[in-house]
Amino acid sequence: MSVKPALPLKERMKHAIADETLIAAVKKTTDRLEGGKLSSSEALGNWEEWRKQGSRIRSHVVEHLDYYLGQLIENVKKRGGHVHIADSAKEAVDIFLRITREKNAKSVIKSKSMVSEEVHVNKALEDIGVEVIESDLGEYIIQLFGEAPSHIIVPAIHKNRYQIKDKFNEISGENLTEDTPTLTAFARRQLRKAFLQADIGVSGCNFAIAETGSIVMFTNEGNGRMVTTLPPVHVAFMGMERLIPSFEDLETFVNLLPRSATGQKITTYVSVINGARQEGDLDGAQEFHLIIVDNGRSKILGDEEFQEVLNCIRCGACLNVCPVYRHIGGHAYGDVYPGPIGAVLTPLLRDDMETWGDLPYASSLCGACTEACPVRIPLHDMLVRHRARYVKLGLAPKWEQMAFKAWSKTFARPGRYKLSMKAARLMVPFMARDGFIEKGPLNMMGWTHARHFPSPAKQSFREQWSKLSGELKGGGDHE
Amino acid sequence: MKASLFITCLADSFYPNVGESTVRLLDRLGVQVDFPEGQTCCGQPAFNSGYRDEAKEVAKTMIEAFEQSEYVVGPSGSCVGMIHEYYPLLFEGDRKWEDRALKFVKKSYELTQFIVNVVGKTYLGARLDKTVTYHPSCHAMRMMGIKHEPLELLKNVQGLQLVDLPFAEDCCGFGGTFAVKMHEVSAAMVAEKAQHVLETKAEILCGTDMGCLMNIGGRLRYEGAPVRVMHVAEVLWEGVREGVKA
Ligand code: SF4
Repeated sequence: MSVKPALPLKERMKHAIADETLIAAVKKTTDRLEGGKLSSSEALGNWEEWRKQGSRIRSHVVEHLDYYLGQLIENVKKRGGHVHIADSAKEAVDIFLRITREKNAKSVIKSKSMVSEEVHVNKALEDIGVEVIESDLGEYIIQLFGEAPSHIIVPAIHKNRYQIKDKFNEISGENLTEDTPTLTAFARRQLRKAFLQADIGVSGCNFAIAETGSIVMFTNEGNGRMVTTLPPVHVAFMGMERLIPSFEDLETFVNLLPRSATGQKITTYVSVINGARQEGDLDGAQEFHLIIVDNGRSKILGDEEFQEVLNCIRCGACLNVCPVYRHIGGHAYGDVYPGPIGAVLTPLLRDDMETWGDLPYASSLCGACTEACPVRIPLHDMLVRHRARYVKLGLAPKWEQMAFKAWSKTFARPGRYKLSMKAARLMVPFMARDGFIEKGPLNMMGWTHARHFPSPAKQSFREQWSKLSGELKGGGDHE
Repeated sequence: MKASLFITCLADSFYPNVGESTVRLLDRLGVQVDFPEGQTCCGQPAFNSGYRDEAKEVAKTMIEAFEQSEYVVGPSGSCVGMIHEYYPLLFEGDRKWEDRALKFVKKSYELTQFIVNVVGKTYLGARLDKTVTYHPSCHAMRMMGIKHEPLELLKNVQGLQLVDLPFAEDCCGFGGTFAVKMHEVSAAMVAEKAQHVLETKAEILCGTDMGCLMNIGGRLRYEGAPVRVMHVAEVLWEGVREGVKA
């Protein structure tokens, strides 16, 4: 799908870096989450073993996706649920709109779902005059601001409490204070009404269990339970790959997901939903729909270099440790999925390297994301793989292509390398002061804006070698 | 024991003193060091930017240059990491080069790893009365798994006071071409790192990679901060010289 961000990457990044409130809020929260993750994963013991197990289960499912999807669909239907497969974002929205019309729904309440965000359900509903309310506190807040989430787990990570208080007061005309209990109590008052009024409840799906046809949701606010039980109709959006084989496998992810996401040993609620209300059940929706969304995922299947990205459980751990994310926040990534996972996933899901292929360059390749990922996706390797494709497609800037060609020709010939290094050294005295270049020409500008650059040594190491080797006890050989 | 120095292109041109310290340290440990002049660069700048063919051409120069070496030792976790992580990939299925590449990988070591794990020494008879803080470079730490080696060597320098760097494992924002391509974020990252270094009040910042140290050092100098920035090899060698004097 050709969706284009409003501004180019570099511009988006520049804006974000300049927004001090945003960056301070993001840093504060990611620090807390990262710290929590470290201590809770340590407390579990054997973290690496759990990660391996998680990765094994997810890889197995993704390799046999057809089989498990078939099993899931069968089991959901057995329990009276309706299953819909959406190839594209548009199809997913159309399916949902159809259900909305059939039910003559006026009001929809949602619990957090990245996939519904990915296919842009809210906008479509608003366009046909259906009221949509996000019931996750973070989502609720940014919905009021008319913004998109900027973190997978903490959508309003970029807002501080003062901004939130002002917004709440603005919509209600009240005079709230900025302390957490007051703010959450206000949101709760608003949302309670909405839960009871809604015709349809929409949820995401952290995992679908193939063997039982269940939907599993990890939540902290209890809103997930209300959304899936109070309104008469429950619709769950699920990314096509979010499956695990059996109930037993859930243990691994009960351990991995909350710890990686928020540093909790377990979330407040782990809900397992087995379709609609059955006879004798005390609660539950009367009708259950599962919308399984492909939207680019099946294209990643069979792509050796990237298939593993489908193992992702959307925990957000890679965002929390990513130094780039921490300095630019989520919106600068330009699409639904921010941070390292976004930089890997967006070009694939969008299937448009021309527009999104520069995202993987927004990383210093420090590897913190790979280290943090609970299902061991080699994110930093994938970033480099993307770059290699970008270059192969001829999308890199022309000057850069020429520069690396020239670089390769020079550095593949030691003689030429020596000469060119010498030439470079001859130019430096014109620019340097006390052994440093404080303002460089053209491309050095980026560097010297914020730091000084050392001037090359008067004599390179190789030029010093013969003298040095003569002084060694072991008497290094000349070559 | 014989080892060849892999100087890295950055140290060759900008920090020959790192090469000299490395060589003298190894020499003192009884390692016979040579310097194959056919070497240029590990190819990382091109590889990480997505230019694999270009990187591969340069990588061949390296394999050839060190074909005769028993061990290859370089003062950079990042460059040696490039060899370990990506040479097997670059030459996969290349009948002429694959074996040669894998042999090269097997005998390549980062300096502190080589001293601690291969030579088997941590005490070098060094003395340096300074406060030092250590930045663990991302590639050394995460690609090469170098965690305790440099610290052990530093802890065995008499008089040296090692102070913890806050948020030590955060990237300094260098990332090779990243520092130029995405210079705004890179600048924000290095500013934060420099801030943390200053908080330690250490006299010396040291690390295992000149790329990161060039970045952080460049920022510290930009801010006019009087912190000496040194490679671990330089700290150790200066310590050895002081130790001999004492
Ligand atoms: S890539 Fe890994 S760390 Fe990032 S969101 Fe997915 S599972 Fe979590």
